[in-house]
Amino acid sequence: MTKKKKKQSVIPGFSMSMGLTLSYLTLIVLAPLSMLFIRAAGLNVSEIKHILLSERTLSAFALSFGASLIAALINCIFGFIVAWVLVRYTFPGKVFFDAFVDLPFALPTAVAGISLTSLYMTSGWIGRYFHILGIKVAYTRIGIIVALTFIGLPFVVRTLQPVLSDMDKQAEEAAVSLGASRWKTFIHVILPEISPALLTGFALALARAIGEYGSVVFISGNMPNRTEIVPLLIMTRLEEYDYSGATVIAAFMLIVSFLLLLMINLLQGWGQRFQEAEKL
Amino acid sequence: MKDYRSKNEDVPVRLKTHPLTEPWPIRLLLTAVAFIFLGLFLIMPLVIVFYNALAEGFIAFKNVITNSEALSSIRLTLIVIGLAVPMNIVFGILAAWAVTKFSFRGKQILISFIDLPLTVSPVISGTVFILIFGLHGVLGEWLNSIHVKIVFAVPGIVLATIFVTLPYVARELIPLMQAQGSSDEEAAVTLGASGWKTFFKITLPNIKWGLFYGVILCTARAIGEFGAVSVVSGHIRGKTVTMPLEVEILYNEYNFSAAFSIASLLALLSLAAMGLKKLTQNKTEKVALEHEKFLNITGV
Repeated sequence: MTKKKKKQSVIPGFSMSMGLTLSYLTLIVLAPLSMLFIRAAGLNVSEIKHILLSERTLSAFALSFGASLIAALINCIFGFIVAWVLVRYTFPGKVFFDAFVDLPFALPTAVAGISLTSLYMTSGWIGRYFHILGIKVAYTRIGIIVALTFIGLPFVVRTLQPVLSDMDKQAEEAAVSLGASRWKTFIHVILPEISPALLTGFALALARAIGEYGSVVFISGNMPNRTEIVPLLIMTRLEEYDYSGATVIAAFMLIVSFLLLLMINLLQGWGQRFQEAEKL
Repeated sequence: MKDYRSKNEDVPVRLKTHPLTEPWPIRLLLTAVAFIFLGLFLIMPLVIVFYNALAEGFIAFKNVITNSEALSSIRLTLIVIGLAVPMNIVFGILAAWAVTKFSFRGKQILISFIDLPLTVSPVISGTVFILIFGLHGVLGEWLNSIHVKIVFAVPGIVLATIFVTLPYVARELIPLMQAQGSSDEEAAVTLGASGWKTFFKITLPNIKWGLFYGVILCTARAIGEFGAVSVVSGHIRGKTVTMPLEVEILYNEYNFSAAFSIASLLALLSLAAMGLKKLTQNKTEKVALEHEKFLNITGV
């Protein structure tokens, strides 16, 4: 222990960098976030129950989780196809398309919100074709799913890409030489190998979608009980000066985010162990 | 097909279809699906921003972005990034230094705490500042008595932006500095360089591209932040409205082409950020490769 300490002390600045890091982090993030729980703890149980179990809160949570789950699933399927095409095939403009995948990370959410709305409303470039089929996209739950799919896409593609390009082709070769069809090879060889990354990407997209606000408010229509997502409900409660309502809903949502974060960390650990085991 | 043969010239290929890829109709189908999906979800939304911005002609566009409210929103956005980004750069460097140059207990927990703002909904990030500084917040009455306004004013917007963009620089630097190790710094210190000298002459040149990359991500997010800022802003036109909030206000007033004009400026900035990101990514990869080569040559 003392030996280790002596070795560490060669580089200076531990107490300064650590002290400033911890104080900044506490002031900006930890103390403000803990306020949420302190304030929620000040309310009595029946009040909390009343807020969380009201019809409006429950339908907002159902909508937020449901739409986020569907969007993350859509991203798993199409994100996989996009990642596969970008890693395995060559075609003109590949670099361009690859760079474009980051757009939802870079584009301000409000910009994404208004442009998706104007594309998918009944007179919009895409919405008019859905309108012919009798489907309304903007200002309905489908619109919310569209916005959340946009937001989540890069998470799936960017987690899958490195795994797909690092993947050892020997296993595939072996499967083929043993007579497996391409489809069988995919199901039994490729899919198991990428499943940890696919799950991680799914969880990341889900976590992002549940908290998303900017891109959704414009396209959702914001009807209480029908197209009102949880972040919007928090916002409404704040505007009504119902701080207790906002606090309880936000605290509950924060707990859900923490659980998702924990799950993502476990999944990533599993993925790493999985890959290391493969290499051995 | 070419790839496979050139790599394995001595292996005769007898199968009709190429064994390590799909038959061409499937390949074509998958590529088409990927193109359509990216087109519908990424390209079209970007195209329509510029289309709608210029729908009423370039002069209308110019009038929108040079009117006083638009200019004041641009000014406020610049003030916010001018304060939030430097703070988070300093924090990011300090945090990366503490995490990568020393070993201590609870390091993983510290890293998770740094990442925390990424998992918190932007609306919640704004809400916590209302609970502290709002009129009915913990410090609300006291702040009111000394006539200091934090939320529904510029300080609140800056604070919320700092909260949301806090992880970006640190997240880029930590893995980079971890990969580079501390041997360079240890050598410098052992040879008698001071801590600051070591940092400026050794560490900073090593991490400059990673730092630049982190700053781009941090700035892009700071410019575009909407949810958190929307909660604490109060939407006072000409005073507490940033560019994304100006887009929202104009859009809700059914002034679509004006909303898209401001949005197109934001979209241009994000395209620039993506371009810079691509450039620095190539740079950092090159640096990493050279570092590896150097290690191979020196046999470390």
